[in-house]
Amino acid sequence: MGSPSLILALLGLSSVSYYLGWRRSISLAQGTVRNLHSLPGYHGLYTALWAAVPALLLLGVGVALKGPIVTNIVVSDLPREVQSLSPERLNLVVNDIRNLASGNIASQKTPGMLAAADRYIRLQGYAAIAITVAVLAMGVFCGAIAWRTIQPGKRARNSVERIILGFLMASSTIAILTTVGIVLSVLFESIRFFQAIPVTDFIFGLDWSPQMAIRADQVGASGAFGAVPLFAGTLLISFIAMVVAVPVGLMSAIYLAEYARPRVRGVVKPLLEVLAGIPTVVYGFFAALTVAPFIRGMGEQVGLDVASESALAAGLVMGIMIIPFVSSLSDDVINAVPQAMRDGAYALGATRSETIKQVVIPAALPGIVGGVLLAVSRAIGETMIVVMAAGLAANLTANPLSAVTTVTVQIVTLLTGDQEFDSPKTLAAFALGLVLFVVTLGLNVIALQVVRKYREQYE
Amino acid sequence: MADQPGAAVMEAGALEFRGAEVDLVDERRESRETVGTPFIDDPRMSCRDVNVYYSDNHAIKNVSLDIGREQVLAMIGPSGCGKSTFLRALNRMNDTIDGCRMTGEIKLDGNDIYAKDMDVVPLRALVGMVFQKPNPFPKSIFDNIAYGVRIHGLAESKSEIEGIVEHSLKRAGLWEEVNDRLHQPGTGLSGGQQQRLCIARTIAVSPEVILMDEPCSALDPIATARVEDLINELGQDYTIAIVTHSMQQAARVSQRTAYFHLGDLLEVGPTDQIFTNPIHPLTEDYITGRFG
Repeated sequence: MGSPSLILALLGLSSVSYYLGWRRSISLAQGTVRNLHSLPGYHGLYTALWAAVPALLLLGVGVALKGPIVTNIVVSDLPREVQSLSPERLNLVVNDIRNLASGNIASQKTPGMLAAADRYIRLQGYAAIAITVAVLAMGVFCGAIAWRTIQPGKRARNSVERIILGFLMASSTIAILTTVGIVLSVLFESIRFFQAIPVTDFIFGLDWSPQMAIRADQVGASGAFGAVPLFAGTLLISFIAMVVAVPVGLMSAIYLAEYARPRVRGVVKPLLEVLAGIPTVVYGFFAALTVAPFIRGMGEQVGLDVASESALAAGLVMGIMIIPFVSSLSDDVINAVPQAMRDGAYALGATRSETIKQVVIPAALPGIVGGVLLAVSRAIGETMIVVMAAGLAANLTANPLSAVTTVTVQIVTLLTGDQEFDSPKTLAAFALGLVLFVVTLGLNVIALQVVRKYREQYE
Repeated sequence: MADQPGAAVMEAGALEFRGAEVDLVDERRESRETVGTPFIDDPRMSCRDVNVYYSDNHAIKNVSLDIGREQVLAMIGPSGCGKSTFLRALNRMNDTIDGCRMTGEIKLDGNDIYAKDMDVVPLRALVGMVFQKPNPFPKSIFDNIAYGVRIHGLAESKSEIEGIVEHSLKRAGLWEEVNDRLHQPGTGLSGGQQQRLCIARTIAVSPEVILMDEPCSALDPIATARVEDLINELGQDYTIAIVTHSMQQAARVSQRTAYFHLGDLLEVGPTDQIFTNPIHPLTEDYITGRFG
């Protein structure tokens, strides 16, 4: 039986166990559920969980161990001269056996290999049967024991709740473990990169041209990995984006929360949030095909030299993209400021704008700062708009009218297409990713600190 | 409540007599005319035929009432009787509520506060308000009080502001407790201190009238006693209108009392008379604790 059908069988088994446990508790209760410590449903769930969970764990262990054990047995039966091969060569042989067993094309087809493949298939079959039997036996056995232990005074509810708590904790751990895994993988690749390129060259270098020579005699591609121009470009574009998004977002939030009638608010707020729903790739070609030429045309009219892919165009469009982040979060926190605060100011004779400036905004500031910092990390990590509108030239400049490139753009260009994953060129992407991660993490930590500080002050 | 269950077991003759008396009481009980002394000479504020509506809900019905100078008027009545709504009409705080309409006339020192050319900003400086729940701003104690002074431009210099802050805190009986931590957040004070801070904040803009909407309902008994002492003291210099649920409080702090019932003003009179010898049967029911 394959794993999917085995899991289905276990589900069936646990449903039956649920029913049996439920029945048994009811018959033990002698017609009065009050006699039971836990409701019959909990007894059913208790039996069902015992029937399913240990069996599933056993299934997981079995599937994990099946491959290595079968391979080991097959290898130990191979002729001695094959066994004494180096591990890499032996791996190739094992791969061949597996390919033969599954009917794929293998590099060698000697009778000995064919016999080993047959043996492999047979052992796999035995293993599958053994796992099926063991798992089903485990399910029936544990379910039966749980069923037997059902007593009127049994604390089935407490046990079930503890098991469910375990599931909940496991679920939350998955997210954390994934993050840890991503960080570690990026970290290890970065360490490989830093073995080739010194850290100081990377962090303080002013020149970025990651083309490495593929052949030894190739000319003009030595590879320079100074990341400063990339970070400068990222900061420049994020800064332009924030200059657009923070005032516009904050002011629209103030209008929506304090001035707009409910009907206007009901229309405008969802419309603003539509901005957040536009795919970034659409923003990207809007920036590249509409905004950038427009800015260039304007610049030419006043006699400025504007690159066709300018930081300004990318930053402006990115700013528009983040407006809903700032406005929506600020709107929420402004609305959360208690009406009593406003009443207090109004009762002193404050006008609406005085109330907003001096009472509502200060009270909402922690949330607003948090929203803005969230928007900053969004801007730094944004990729698609800058790929299309900001360009690839790693210029170290503060001029918003020239082309710059960002960390994310370089990661994309380093990793798209066919790449060899052992050259510093591709590994540089991981180092950039690591720095990006550290920067956004730092921003989030600062955001939390700021929020906490104000909260202590205001509550 | 109009039923007299005891009457059923009485003799026939007595029953007849009781019946007539019940009818008489019933007639007075049904009356929604204001009895007592709603009008006085030389009032600080005078209200005539005030009606307030929330959308379709007629919250205040034809209320006419004078509020005297330098004295405390208590407004009592069961929940939902409109006393807070009426209080908020006195400094146009109801303006901030959507769908709230008002008819009638309210005058402060002879000037109609609902007149077209009346600006609510100076009005609310003249008619301050203290709320049910203490609502200090998320600012320092000093800034809480200086806020109103600054927005009305009442002080020329920093030292003048400091003088006003100190004076207001002293008037509110809070100076001794907070003078060493004026620059700490006002929200860090205890509930009773916060409420006195709110009163100090109101005094700081030198109002003529102070409206108080159940100022002690969120406070413990000791803090309540302190705030009540403060109200008694302030009543000598300010005109105060206080809404309260506690009849003892009304008796302790006020000179006149107004009884509201489902949007009607039923009775106004000197506080001691209202509590010892009420005219309207519903007032009597309320102060003797039969409902409310």
